[in-house]
Amino acid sequence: MMFFLETVISGLMAGVMYSLVALGFVLIFKASGVFNFAQGVFALFAGLALYDFISMDGWFYELFGFALPVWLGIIATMGVMVIVAWLVELLVLRHLVNQEPIILFMSTIGLAYFLEGLGDILFGSDVKPLDVGLPSGASDYLLDNYNFYVEKLEVVAALIAAALVIVLAIFFQKTRIGRALRAVADDHQAALSVGISLRMIWVVVWSVSGFVALVAGIMWGSKSGVQFSLSLIALKALPVLILGGFTSVPGAIIGGLIIGVGEKVAEIYAGPFIGGAIENWFAYMLALAFLLVRPQGLFGEKIIERV
Amino acid sequence: MTQPALKRDIGDTILAVDNISLSFGGVKALQNISFSVNEHEVFAIIGPNGAGKSSMLNCINGFYHPQEGTITFKGETRRQVRPSVAARTGIARTFQNIALFKGMSTLDNIMTGRNTKMSTNIFLQALHFGPAAKEEVEHREVVERVIDFLEIEAIRKTPVGKLPYGMQKRVELGRALAAEPDLLLLDEPMAGMNIEEKQDMCRFILDVNDEFGTTIVLIEHDMGVVMDISDRVVVLDYGRKLAEGTPDEVRGNQDVIDAYLGVAHDDAEA
Repeated sequence: MMFFLETVISGLMAGVMYSLVALGFVLIFKASGVFNFAQGVFALFAGLALYDFISMDGWFYELFGFALPVWLGIIATMGVMVIVAWLVELLVLRHLVNQEPIILFMSTIGLAYFLEGLGDILFGSDVKPLDVGLPSGASDYLLDNYNFYVEKLEVVAALIAAALVIVLAIFFQKTRIGRALRAVADDHQAALSVGISLRMIWVVVWSVSGFVALVAGIMWGSKSGVQFSLSLIALKALPVLILGGFTSVPGAIIGGLIIGVGEKVAEIYAGPFIGGAIENWFAYMLALAFLLVRPQGLFGEKIIERV
Repeated sequence: MTQPALKRDIGDTILAVDNISLSFGGVKALQNISFSVNEHEVFAIIGPNGAGKSSMLNCINGFYHPQEGTITFKGETRRQVRPSVAARTGIARTFQNIALFKGMSTLDNIMTGRNTKMSTNIFLQALHFGPAAKEEVEHREVVERVIDFLEIEAIRKTPVGKLPYGMQKRVELGRALAAEPDLLLLDEPMAGMNIEEKQDMCRFILDVNDEFGTTIVLIEHDMGVVMDISDRVVVLDYGRKLAEGTPDEVRGNQDVIDAYLGVAHDDAEA
Protein backbone atom coordinates (compact mmCIF):
# COMPACT_ATOMS: atom_id res chain seq x y z
CA MET A 1 0.00 0.00 0.00
CA MET A 2 2.79 2.34 0.99
CA PHE A 3 4.55 1.56 -2.25
CA PHE A 4 1.41 2.27 -4.26
CA LEU A 5 1.04 5.64 -2.56
CA GLU A 6 4.64 6.46 -3.27
CA THR A 7 4.08 5.59 -6.90
CA VAL A 8 1.01 7.78 -7.09
CA ILE A 9 2.75 10.69 -5.41
CA SER A 10 5.79 10.51 -7.61
CA GLY A 11 3.40 10.31 -10.55
CA LEU A 12 1.58 13.42 -9.32
CA MET A 13 4.85 15.28 -9.07
CA ALA A 14 5.95 14.29 -12.54
CA GLY A 15 2.49 15.35 -13.65
CA VAL A 16 3.01 18.81 -12.21
CA MET A 17 5.96 19.19 -14.53
CA TYR A 18 3.84 18.25 -17.53
CA SER A 19 1.18 20.65 -16.33
CA LEU A 20 3.66 23.51 -16.25
CA VAL A 21 4.50 23.01 -19.91
CA ALA A 22 0.87 22.43 -20.88
CA LEU A 23 -0.08 25.66 -19.12
CA GLY A 24 2.10 27.65 -21.50
CA PHE A 25 0.31 26.05 -24.46
CA VAL A 26 -3.11 26.82 -23.04
CA LEU A 27 -2.30 30.49 -22.43
CA ILE A 28 -1.29 31.17 -26.01
CA PHE A 29 -4.03 29.00 -27.45
CA LYS A 30 -6.69 30.76 -25.40
CA ALA A 31 -5.57 34.21 -26.35
CA SER A 32 -4.71 33.79 -29.98
CA GLY A 33 -5.93 30.41 -31.15
CA VAL A 34 -2.34 29.54 -32.01
CA PHE A 35 -0.99 26.20 -30.97
CA ASN A 36 2.54 27.11 -30.03
CA PHE A 37 4.73 24.15 -30.87
CA ALA A 38 7.72 26.10 -29.58
CA GLN A 39 6.50 26.11 -25.97
CA GLY A 40 8.86 23.28 -24.98
CA VAL A 41 11.76 25.03 -26.65
CA PHE A 42 10.77 28.20 -24.80
CA ALA A 43 11.30 26.32 -21.53
CA LEU A 44 14.62 25.01 -22.81
CA PHE A 45 15.72 28.45 -23.96
CA ALA A 46 14.74 30.02 -20.65
CA GLY A 47 16.69 27.33 -18.80
CA LEU A 48 19.75 27.87 -21.00
CA ALA A 49 19.63 31.65 -20.59
CA LEU A 50 19.22 31.38 -16.84
CA TYR A 51 22.13 28.97 -16.57
CA ASP A 52 24.23 31.39 -18.59
CA PHE A 53 23.43 34.30 -16.31
CA ILE A 54 24.11 32.55 -13.02
CA SER A 55 26.95 30.14 -13.79
CA MET A 56 30.68 30.62 -14.19
CA ASP A 57 30.96 29.16 -17.67
CA GLY A 58 28.57 31.23 -19.70
CA TRP A 59 28.84 34.22 -21.99
CA PHE A 60 27.78 36.53 -19.24
CA TYR A 61 30.66 35.52 -16.98
CA GLU A 62 33.10 35.78 -19.86
CA LEU A 63 31.94 39.28 -20.79
CA PHE A 64 31.57 40.84 -17.37
CA GLY A 65 33.74 38.69 -15.16
CA PHE A 66 31.02 37.87 -12.64
CA ALA A 67 27.88 35.77 -12.47
CA LEU A 68 24.52 37.16 -11.41
CA PRO A 69 22.90 36.09 -8.16
CA VAL A 70 20.01 33.70 -8.79
CA TRP A 71 17.17 36.18 -8.26
CA LEU A 72 18.76 38.73 -10.59
CA GLY A 73 19.42 35.98 -13.11
CA ILE A 74 15.73 35.05 -13.07
CA ILE A 75 14.73 38.66 -13.68
CA ALA A 76 17.27 38.98 -16.50
CA THR A 77 15.99 35.75 -18.06
CA MET A 78 12.44 37.08 -17.85
CA GLY A 79 13.74 40.11 -19.72
CA VAL A 80 15.15 37.82 -22.39
CA MET A 81 11.80 36.02 -22.70
CA VAL A 82 9.96 39.34 -23.12
CA ILE A 83 12.40 40.29 -25.87
CA VAL A 84 11.82 36.91 -27.53
CA ALA A 85 8.05 37.47 -27.30
CA TRP A 86 8.41 40.92 -28.80
CA LEU A 87 10.57 39.61 -31.65
CA VAL A 88 8.12 36.80 -32.35
CA GLU A 89 5.35 39.38 -32.74
CA LEU A 90 7.49 41.72 -34.82
CA LEU A 91 9.06 39.16 -37.14
CA VAL A 92 6.48 36.39 -37.35
CA LEU A 93 2.95 37.03 -36.11
CA ARG A 94 2.56 40.53 -37.49
CA HIS A 95 3.01 39.20 -40.99
CA LEU A 96 0.59 36.33 -40.54
CA VAL A 97 -2.47 38.21 -39.27
CA ASN A 98 -5.72 36.66 -40.47
CA GLN A 99 -4.02 33.54 -41.81
CA GLU A 100 -5.32 30.04 -41.26
CA PRO A 101 -4.51 28.48 -37.88
CA ILE A 102 -2.48 25.76 -39.61
CA ILE A 103 -0.17 28.42 -41.08
CA LEU A 104 0.40 29.95 -37.67
CA PHE A 105 1.02 26.48 -36.29
CA MET A 106 3.62 25.79 -38.97
CA SER A 107 5.33 29.08 -38.17
CA THR A 108 5.67 27.99 -34.53
CA ILE A 109 7.32 24.74 -35.66
CA GLY A 110 9.79 26.88 -37.56
CA LEU A 111 10.23 29.00 -34.48
CA ALA A 112 10.89 25.89 -32.38
CA TYR A 113 13.71 24.72 -34.64
CA PHE A 114 15.14 28.20 -34.92
CA LEU A 115 15.25 28.70 -31.15
CA GLU A 116 16.69 25.25 -30.61
CA GLY A 117 19.46 25.97 -33.09
CA LEU A 118 20.07 29.40 -31.62
CA GLY A 119 20.26 27.89 -28.14
CA ASP A 120 22.81 25.39 -29.37
CA ILE A 121 24.98 28.04 -31.04
CA LEU A 122 24.81 30.46 -28.13
CA PHE A 123 25.04 28.14 -25.16
CA GLY A 124 26.29 24.78 -26.42
CA SER A 125 24.45 21.49 -26.31
CA ASP A 126 25.95 19.89 -23.21
CA VAL A 127 23.71 19.11 -20.23
CA LYS A 128 23.88 21.95 -17.73
CA PRO A 129 23.22 21.29 -14.05
CA LEU A 130 20.97 24.16 -13.04
CA ASP A 131 21.14 24.99 -9.35
CA VAL A 132 18.94 27.82 -8.20
CA GLY A 133 19.00 26.75 -4.58
CA LEU A 134 15.84 24.68 -4.58
CA PRO A 135 15.91 21.87 -2.02
CA SER A 136 16.85 18.47 -3.36
CA GLY A 137 16.86 14.89 -2.15
CA ALA A 138 14.20 13.09 -0.18
CA SER A 139 12.16 14.65 2.55
CA ASP A 140 13.93 13.38 5.69
CA TYR A 141 10.95 14.00 7.90
CA LEU A 142 8.62 11.75 5.93
CA LEU A 143 11.32 9.18 5.34
CA ASP A 144 12.31 8.91 9.00
CA ASN A 145 8.87 8.99 10.54
CA TYR A 146 6.74 7.21 8.01
CA ASN A 147 9.31 5.48 5.83
CA PHE A 148 7.77 7.34 2.94
CA TYR A 149 9.87 8.57 0.02
CA VAL A 150 9.07 11.96 -1.50
CA GLU A 151 11.46 14.25 -3.38
CA LYS A 152 11.61 17.72 -1.83
CA LEU A 153 12.09 19.33 -5.23
CA GLU A 154 8.86 17.79 -6.46
CA VAL A 155 6.93 19.14 -3.51
CA VAL A 156 8.34 22.60 -4.19
CA ALA A 157 7.42 22.25 -7.87
CA ALA A 158 3.86 21.37 -6.90
CA LEU A 159 3.59 24.40 -4.61
CA ILE A 160 5.02 26.73 -7.23
CA ALA A 161 2.66 25.37 -9.88
CA ALA A 162 -0.30 25.92 -7.56
CA ALA A 163 0.78 29.50 -6.87
CA LEU A 164 1.28 30.11 -10.57
CA VAL A 165 -2.21 28.91 -11.40
CA ILE A 166 -3.78 31.14 -8.77
CA VAL A 167 -1.88 34.20 -10.01
CA LEU A 168 -2.83 33.46 -13.62
CA ALA A 169 -6.47 32.93 -12.72
CA ILE A 170 -6.63 36.31 -11.00
CA PHE A 171 -4.79 37.93 -13.87
CA PHE A 172 -7.20 36.51 -16.43
CA GLN A 173 -10.42 37.11 -14.55
CA LYS A 174 -9.91 40.37 -12.72
CA THR A 175 -7.68 42.72 -14.64
CA ARG A 176 -8.04 44.87 -17.70
CA ILE A 177 -5.23 43.14 -19.52
CA GLY A 178 -6.67 39.74 -18.63
CA ARG A 179 -10.05 40.78 -19.93
CA ALA A 180 -8.43 42.15 -23.07
CA LEU A 181 -6.68 38.80 -23.55
CA ARG A 182 -9.96 36.91 -23.32
CA ALA A 183 -11.57 39.47 -25.62
CA VAL A 184 -8.92 38.99 -28.27
CA ALA A 185 -9.32 35.24 -28.00
CA ASP A 186 -13.05 35.58 -28.57
CA ASP A 187 -13.28 38.04 -31.43
CA HIS A 188 -10.44 39.97 -33.06
CA GLN A 189 -12.60 42.60 -34.74
CA ALA A 190 -14.64 43.40 -31.69
CA ALA A 191 -11.46 43.60 -29.63
CA LEU A 192 -10.00 46.09 -32.07
CA SER A 193 -13.16 48.17 -31.99
CA VAL A 194 -12.90 48.76 -28.24
CA GLY A 195 -9.34 49.94 -28.68
CA ILE A 196 -7.41 46.84 -27.74
CA SER A 197 -4.14 46.74 -29.63
CA LEU A 198 -3.62 43.23 -30.96
CA ARG A 199 0.12 43.72 -31.17
CA MET A 200 0.40 44.71 -27.56
CA ILE A 201 -1.77 41.79 -26.49
CA TRP A 202 0.31 39.31 -28.44
CA VAL A 203 3.51 40.54 -26.87
CA VAL A 204 1.86 40.24 -23.45
CA VAL A 205 0.55 36.73 -24.12
CA TRP A 206 3.84 35.44 -25.42
CA SER A 207 5.64 37.08 -22.52
CA VAL A 208 3.32 35.42 -20.02
CA SER A 209 3.85 32.07 -21.64
CA GLY A 210 7.57 32.86 -21.66
CA PHE A 211 7.25 33.38 -17.92
CA VAL A 212 5.51 30.04 -17.51
CA ALA A 213 8.22 28.48 -19.68
CA LEU A 214 10.83 30.00 -17.40
CA VAL A 215 9.22 28.40 -14.36
CA ALA A 216 9.01 25.09 -16.18
CA GLY A 217 12.62 25.46 -17.34
CA ILE A 218 13.80 26.09 -13.78
CA MET A 219 11.92 23.06 -12.47
CA TRP A 220 13.01 20.65 -15.17
CA GLY A 221 16.53 22.07 -15.13
CA SER A 222 16.82 21.59 -11.36
CA LYS A 223 15.52 18.08 -11.66
CA SER A 224 17.51 16.68 -14.53
CA GLY A 225 19.73 19.48 -15.78
CA VAL A 226 19.05 21.83 -18.67
CA GLN A 227 19.26 19.60 -21.73
CA PHE A 228 17.89 19.64 -25.23
CA SER A 229 15.58 16.67 -24.63
CA LEU A 230 13.54 19.22 -22.67
CA SER A 231 12.04 20.38 -25.92
CA LEU A 232 10.58 16.88 -26.33
CA ILE A 233 8.57 17.38 -23.16
CA ALA A 234 6.45 19.59 -25.38
CA LEU A 235 5.21 16.44 -27.07
CA LYS A 236 4.12 14.99 -23.73
CA ALA A 237 2.11 18.13 -23.19
CA LEU A 238 -0.04 17.27 -26.20
CA PRO A 239 -1.86 14.33 -24.60
CA VAL A 240 -2.14 16.44 -21.46
CA LEU A 241 -3.98 19.08 -23.46
CA ILE A 242 -6.23 16.56 -25.15
CA LEU A 243 -7.20 15.27 -21.75
CA GLY A 244 -7.71 18.63 -20.11
CA GLY A 245 -9.03 20.62 -23.05
CA PHE A 246 -7.02 23.12 -25.02
CA THR A 247 -8.69 26.16 -23.55
CA SER A 248 -8.77 25.33 -19.87
CA VAL A 249 -6.13 26.33 -17.33
CA PRO A 250 -7.44 23.92 -14.66
CA GLY A 251 -7.68 21.33 -17.43
CA ALA A 252 -3.95 21.64 -18.11
CA ILE A 253 -3.23 21.02 -14.43
CA ILE A 254 -5.59 18.07 -13.95
CA GLY A 255 -4.61 16.59 -17.32
CA GLY A 256 -0.96 16.75 -16.37
CA LEU A 257 -1.62 15.04 -13.05
CA ILE A 258 -3.69 12.26 -14.61
CA ILE A 259 -1.01 11.55 -17.18
CA GLY A 260 1.77 11.69 -14.60
CA VAL A 261 0.04 9.25 -12.25
CA GLY A 262 -1.27 7.03 -15.05
CA GLU A 263 2.19 6.63 -16.53
CA LYS A 264 3.87 5.70 -13.28
CA VAL A 265 1.16 3.32 -12.13
CA ALA A 266 0.97 1.63 -15.54
CA GLU A 267 4.74 1.30 -15.73
CA ILE A 268 5.03 -0.35 -12.35
CA TYR A 269 1.92 -2.52 -12.24
CA ALA A 270 1.34 -3.37 -15.89
CA GLY A 271 4.98 -3.27 -16.95
CA PRO A 272 5.89 -6.77 -15.80
CA PHE A 273 3.09 -8.31 -17.83
CA ILE A 274 3.25 -6.53 -21.17
CA GLY A 275 6.85 -5.40 -21.18
CA GLY A 276 8.36 -2.17 -19.92
CA ALA A 277 8.67 1.33 -21.33
CA ILE A 278 4.95 1.88 -20.97
CA GLU A 279 5.79 5.39 -19.80
CA ASN A 280 6.73 6.27 -23.34
CA TRP A 281 3.42 5.55 -24.98
CA PHE A 282 0.84 5.42 -22.19
CA ALA A 283 -0.01 9.12 -22.41
CA TYR A 284 -0.71 8.93 -26.12
CA MET A 285 -2.96 5.88 -25.79
CA LEU A 286 -4.91 7.61 -23.05
CA ALA A 287 -5.28 10.70 -25.24
CA LEU A 288 -6.48 8.58 -28.13
CA ALA A 289 -9.12 6.95 -25.95
CA PHE A 290 -10.20 10.37 -24.80
CA LEU A 291 -10.53 11.70 -28.31
CA LEU A 292 -13.05 8.96 -29.03
CA VAL A 293 -15.18 9.63 -25.99
CA ARG A 294 -14.79 13.28 -25.16
CA PRO A 295 -13.01 15.19 -27.91
CA GLN A 296 -13.24 18.57 -26.19
CA GLY A 297 -11.34 17.27 -23.17
CA LEU A 298 -12.38 17.25 -19.54
CA PHE A 299 -12.76 20.99 -19.18
CA GLY A 300 -12.70 22.25 -22.73
CA GLU A 301 -15.55 24.27 -24.10
CA LYS A 302 -17.91 22.09 -26.00
CA ILE A 303 -17.95 23.15 -29.61
CA ILE A 304 -21.50 23.73 -30.68
CA GLU A 305 -22.22 25.01 -34.12
CA ARG A 306 -25.71 26.28 -34.75
CA VAL A 307 -26.92 25.59 -38.23
CA MET B 1 -42.36 55.49 -33.28
CA THR B 2 -40.51 58.20 -31.43
CA GLN B 3 -40.22 61.64 -32.95
CA PRO B 4 -36.73 62.94 -33.67
CA ALA B 5 -35.54 65.27 -30.95
CA LEU B 6 -35.10 68.39 -33.01
CA LYS B 7 -34.40 70.65 -30.08
CA ARG B 8 -30.79 69.48 -29.74
CA ASP B 9 -28.14 71.98 -30.77
CA ILE B 10 -26.50 70.65 -33.86
CA GLY B 11 -22.88 71.72 -33.63
CA ASP B 12 -20.03 72.10 -36.10
CA THR B 13 -18.65 69.34 -38.26
CA ILE B 14 -17.21 66.53 -36.13
CA LEU B 15 -16.52 64.07 -38.91
CA ALA B 16 -15.68 64.96 -42.49
CA VAL B 17 -15.17 62.28 -45.09
CA ASP B 18 -13.38 63.70 -48.09
CA ASN B 19 -13.09 61.92 -51.44
CA ILE B 20 -12.63 58.45 -49.99
CA SER B 21 -11.89 55.69 -52.48
CA LEU B 22 -11.42 52.10 -51.42
CA SER B 23 -10.87 49.08 -53.61
CA PHE B 24 -10.14 45.42 -53.05
CA GLY B 25 -8.14 44.25 -56.02
CA GLY B 26 -10.30 45.23 -58.97
CA VAL B 27 -13.46 45.74 -56.96
CA LYS B 28 -14.17 49.37 -56.22
CA ALA B 29 -16.01 49.33 -52.93
CA LEU B 30 -16.09 53.08 -52.53
CA GLN B 31 -15.53 55.79 -55.13
CA ASN B 32 -14.90 59.42 -54.20
CA ILE B 33 -17.27 59.49 -51.29
CA SER B 34 -17.57 62.77 -49.41
CA PHE B 35 -19.95 63.80 -46.67
CA SER B 36 -19.79 65.44 -43.31
CA VAL B 37 -21.48 64.77 -40.02
CA ASN B 38 -22.22 67.49 -37.50
CA GLU B 39 -21.82 67.22 -33.77
CA HIS B 40 -24.87 65.80 -31.95
CA GLU B 41 -26.44 64.69 -35.20
CA VAL B 42 -28.06 61.35 -36.03
CA PHE B 43 -26.73 60.57 -39.47
CA ALA B 44 -27.83 57.57 -41.53
CA ILE B 45 -26.03 55.79 -44.34
CA ILE B 46 -28.47 53.85 -46.52
CA GLY B 47 -28.34 51.98 -49.78
CA PRO B 48 -29.01 48.57 -51.32
CA ASN B 49 -26.92 45.51 -50.43
CA GLY B 50 -23.32 45.83 -51.53
CA ALA B 51 -23.50 49.59 -51.73
CA GLY B 52 -20.43 50.05 -49.55
CA LYS B 53 -22.15 51.13 -46.35
CA SER B 54 -20.24 48.82 -44.03
CA SER B 55 -17.01 49.55 -45.91
CA MET B 56 -17.58 53.21 -45.14
CA LEU B 57 -17.90 52.52 -41.41
CA ASN B 58 -14.85 50.29 -41.56
CA CYS B 59 -12.84 53.15 -43.07
CA ILE B 60 -13.98 55.53 -40.36
CA ASN B 61 -12.92 53.29 -37.49
CA GLY B 62 -9.73 52.09 -39.12
CA PHE B 63 -10.57 48.50 -40.12
CA TYR B 64 -10.08 49.38 -43.79
CA HIS B 65 -7.47 51.72 -45.12
CA PRO B 66 -8.80 53.67 -48.10
CA GLN B 67 -6.36 54.19 -50.97
CA GLU B 68 -7.44 57.78 -51.52
CA GLY B 69 -9.04 60.61 -49.62
CA THR B 70 -8.97 61.75 -46.04
CA ILE B 71 -11.11 61.47 -42.95
CA THR B 72 -11.18 64.36 -40.52
CA PHE B 73 -12.36 63.59 -37.02
CA LYS B 74 -12.43 66.29 -34.34
CA GLY B 75 -10.18 68.47 -36.46
CA GLU B 76 -7.55 65.82 -37.06
CA THR B 77 -7.10 64.81 -40.68
CA ARG B 78 -5.76 61.45 -41.68
CA ARG B 79 -6.30 58.81 -44.32
CA GLN B 80 -5.26 55.68 -42.54
CA VAL B 81 -5.67 55.06 -38.86
CA ARG B 82 -5.27 52.03 -36.69
CA PRO B 83 -8.47 50.78 -35.04
CA SER B 84 -6.99 51.05 -31.56
CA VAL B 85 -6.08 54.68 -32.21
CA ALA B 86 -9.55 55.43 -33.59
CA ALA B 87 -11.06 53.93 -30.45
CA ARG B 88 -8.81 56.03 -28.26
CA THR B 89 -9.80 59.24 -30.02
CA GLY B 90 -13.46 58.56 -29.27
CA ILE B 91 -14.97 56.37 -31.96
CA ALA B 92 -16.99 53.36 -30.80
CA ARG B 93 -19.01 50.98 -32.91
CA THR B 94 -21.27 47.96 -33.16
CA PHE B 95 -21.34 45.33 -35.86
CA GLN B 96 -23.78 43.99 -38.39
CA ASN B 97 -23.14 40.43 -37.27
CA ILE B 98 -22.90 40.80 -33.53
CA ALA B 99 -19.28 40.73 -32.44
CA LEU B 100 -19.41 40.13 -28.72
CA PHE B 101 -17.06 38.16 -26.52
CA LYS B 102 -19.34 35.16 -26.25
CA GLY B 103 -17.63 33.40 -23.38
CA MET B 104 -17.67 36.45 -21.15
CA SER B 105 -20.52 37.81 -19.02
CA THR B 106 -22.54 40.88 -19.99
CA LEU B 107 -20.70 42.81 -17.31
CA ASP B 108 -17.25 41.80 -18.56
CA ASN B 109 -18.22 42.52 -22.15
CA ILE B 110 -19.27 46.04 -21.30
CA MET B 111 -16.21 46.40 -19.09
CA THR B 112 -13.99 45.85 -22.14
CA GLY B 113 -15.54 49.03 -23.51
CA ARG B 114 -13.67 50.87 -20.77
CA ASN B 115 -10.39 49.60 -22.13
CA THR B 116 -9.24 52.88 -23.62
CA LYS B 117 -10.00 54.77 -20.42
CA MET B 118 -7.98 52.56 -18.14
CA SER B 119 -4.36 53.36 -17.75
CA THR B 120 -2.64 51.70 -14.83
CA ASN B 121 0.67 50.07 -15.24
CA ILE B 122 0.64 46.57 -16.60
CA PHE B 123 2.69 45.19 -13.69
CA LEU B 124 0.24 46.51 -11.13
CA GLN B 125 -2.48 45.13 -13.35
CA ALA B 126 -0.88 41.73 -13.27
CA LEU B 127 -0.93 41.77 -9.49
CA HIS B 128 -4.39 43.33 -9.27
CA PHE B 129 -2.89 45.61 -6.69
CA GLY B 130 -3.07 49.18 -5.38
CA PRO B 131 -4.23 51.75 -7.94
CA ALA B 132 -5.24 48.99 -10.35
CA ALA B 133 -7.85 47.63 -7.96
CA LYS B 134 -9.18 51.13 -7.25
CA GLU B 135 -9.38 51.94 -10.94
CA GLU B 136 -11.33 48.75 -11.54
CA VAL B 137 -13.97 49.92 -9.05
CA GLU B 138 -14.31 53.36 -10.65
CA HIS B 139 -14.84 51.92 -14.09
CA ARG B 140 -17.27 49.44 -12.72
CA GLU B 141 -19.50 52.39 -11.73
CA VAL B 142 -19.62 53.73 -15.28
CA VAL B 143 -20.46 50.25 -16.52
CA GLU B 144 -23.27 49.89 -13.98
CA ARG B 145 -24.75 53.18 -15.24
CA VAL B 146 -24.70 51.86 -18.79
CA ILE B 147 -26.39 48.67 -17.62
CA ASP B 148 -29.08 50.72 -15.87
CA PHE B 149 -29.55 52.87 -18.94
CA LEU B 150 -30.07 49.89 -21.24
CA GLU B 151 -32.24 48.08 -18.70
CA ILE B 152 -30.20 44.91 -18.72
CA GLU B 153 -29.65 44.46 -14.98
CA ALA B 154 -31.18 41.01 -15.11
CA ILE B 155 -28.53 39.60 -17.41
CA ARG B 156 -25.42 41.13 -15.84
CA LYS B 157 -23.77 37.82 -15.04
CA THR B 158 -25.05 35.80 -17.98
CA PRO B 159 -22.51 34.72 -20.60
CA VAL B 160 -23.60 36.66 -23.66
CA GLY B 161 -23.43 33.62 -25.91
CA LYS B 162 -26.55 32.38 -24.13
CA LEU B 163 -28.59 35.54 -24.61
CA PRO B 164 -31.27 35.95 -27.24
CA TYR B 165 -30.34 37.91 -30.34
CA GLY B 166 -32.06 41.17 -29.42
CA MET B 167 -30.39 41.20 -26.02
CA GLN B 168 -26.99 40.57 -27.58
CA LYS B 169 -27.50 43.60 -29.80
CA ARG B 170 -28.27 45.61 -26.69
CA VAL B 171 -25.14 44.39 -24.89
CA GLU B 172 -23.08 45.30 -27.92
CA LEU B 173 -24.51 48.82 -27.80
CA GLY B 174 -23.66 48.85 -24.10
CA ARG B 175 -20.05 47.97 -24.78
CA ALA B 176 -19.80 50.83 -27.27
CA LEU B 177 -21.47 53.26 -24.82
CA ALA B 178 -19.12 52.30 -22.00
CA ALA B 179 -16.32 53.92 -23.96
CA GLU B 180 -18.19 57.25 -23.66
CA PRO B 181 -17.57 57.90 -27.36
CA ASP B 182 -17.92 61.18 -29.20
CA LEU B 183 -18.91 59.31 -32.33
CA LEU B 184 -20.96 56.14 -32.27
CA LEU B 185 -21.07 53.97 -35.39
CA LEU B 186 -24.01 51.55 -35.55
CA ASP B 187 -24.03 48.94 -38.29
CA GLU B 188 -27.63 47.79 -38.71
CA PRO B 189 -28.57 48.07 -35.04
CA MET B 190 -32.07 46.75 -35.73
CA ALA B 191 -31.39 43.99 -38.22
CA GLY B 192 -33.31 40.84 -37.43
CA MET B 193 -35.32 42.36 -34.60
CA ASN B 194 -39.03 42.18 -34.03
CA ILE B 195 -41.10 45.34 -33.83
CA GLU B 196 -40.87 45.66 -30.04
CA GLU B 197 -37.14 45.21 -30.00
CA LYS B 198 -36.84 47.77 -32.75
CA GLN B 199 -38.84 50.27 -30.77
CA ASP B 200 -36.65 49.71 -27.73
CA MET B 201 -33.51 50.11 -29.79
CA CYS B 202 -34.81 53.31 -31.39
CA ARG B 203 -35.55 54.70 -27.98
CA PHE B 204 -32.04 53.88 -26.75
CA ILE B 205 -30.41 55.44 -29.78
CA LEU B 206 -32.41 58.64 -29.45
CA ASP B 207 -31.83 58.74 -25.69
CA VAL B 208 -28.09 58.34 -26.12
CA ASN B 209 -28.11 61.12 -28.66
CA ASP B 210 -30.29 63.30 -26.45
CA GLU B 211 -28.80 62.73 -23.03
CA PHE B 212 -25.11 62.40 -23.82
CA GLY B 213 -25.04 64.42 -27.03
CA THR B 214 -23.28 61.56 -28.78
CA THR B 215 -23.02 61.93 -32.52
CA ILE B 216 -24.43 58.85 -34.22
CA VAL B 217 -23.74 57.44 -37.65
CA LEU B 218 -25.91 54.45 -38.43
CA ILE B 219 -26.58 52.03 -41.22
CA GLU B 220 -30.11 50.70 -41.36
CA HIS B 221 -32.34 48.95 -43.84
CA ASP B 222 -35.66 49.68 -42.18
CA MET B 223 -36.65 52.87 -44.01
CA GLY B 224 -39.37 53.71 -41.51
CA VAL B 225 -36.80 53.78 -38.75
CA VAL B 226 -34.24 55.70 -40.77
CA MET B 227 -36.70 58.40 -41.79
CA ASP B 228 -37.96 58.70 -38.23
CA ILE B 229 -34.78 59.03 -36.26
CA SER B 230 -32.21 60.56 -38.63
CA ASP B 231 -31.43 64.23 -39.00
CA ARG B 232 -29.68 63.67 -42.29
CA VAL B 233 -29.14 60.78 -44.67
CA VAL B 234 -26.54 59.85 -47.27
CA VAL B 235 -27.44 57.29 -49.93
CA LEU B 236 -24.81 54.99 -51.46
CA ASP B 237 -25.19 52.63 -54.40
CA TYR B 238 -22.41 50.52 -55.97
CA GLY B 239 -19.80 52.48 -54.03
CA ARG B 240 -20.98 55.83 -55.32
CA LYS B 241 -22.85 58.56 -53.50
CA LEU B 242 -26.36 59.06 -54.87
CA ALA B 243 -27.73 61.70 -52.58
CA GLU B 244 -27.34 63.47 -49.27
CA GLY B 245 -29.83 65.51 -47.31
CA THR B 246 -32.71 65.44 -44.85
CA PRO B 247 -34.94 62.35 -44.93
CA ASP B 248 -37.57 64.27 -46.89
CA GLU B 249 -35.15 65.48 -49.52
CA VAL B 250 -33.74 62.01 -50.00
CA ARG B 251 -37.15 60.41 -50.19
CA GLY B 252 -38.04 62.55 -53.21
CA ASN B 253 -34.76 62.05 -55.06
CA GLN B 254 -35.28 60.26 -58.38
CA ASP B 255 -31.88 58.48 -58.34
CA VAL B 256 -32.65 57.06 -54.92
CA ILE B 257 -36.06 55.85 -55.99
CA ASP B 258 -34.51 54.18 -59.01
CA ALA B 259 -31.86 52.48 -56.94
CA TYR B 260 -34.39 51.18 -54.48
CA LEU B 261 -37.10 50.19 -56.91
CA GLY B 262 -34.65 48.33 -59.08
CA VAL B 263 -34.28 50.28 -62.27
CA ALA B 264 -30.54 49.78 -62.35
CA HIS B 265 -30.43 46.34 -60.79
CA ASP B 266 -32.82 44.01 -59.08
CA ASP B 267 -31.38 43.13 -55.69
CA ALA B 268 -32.84 46.21 -54.06
CA GLU B 269 -34.77 46.04 -50.86
CA ALA B 270 -36.63 48.61 -48.85
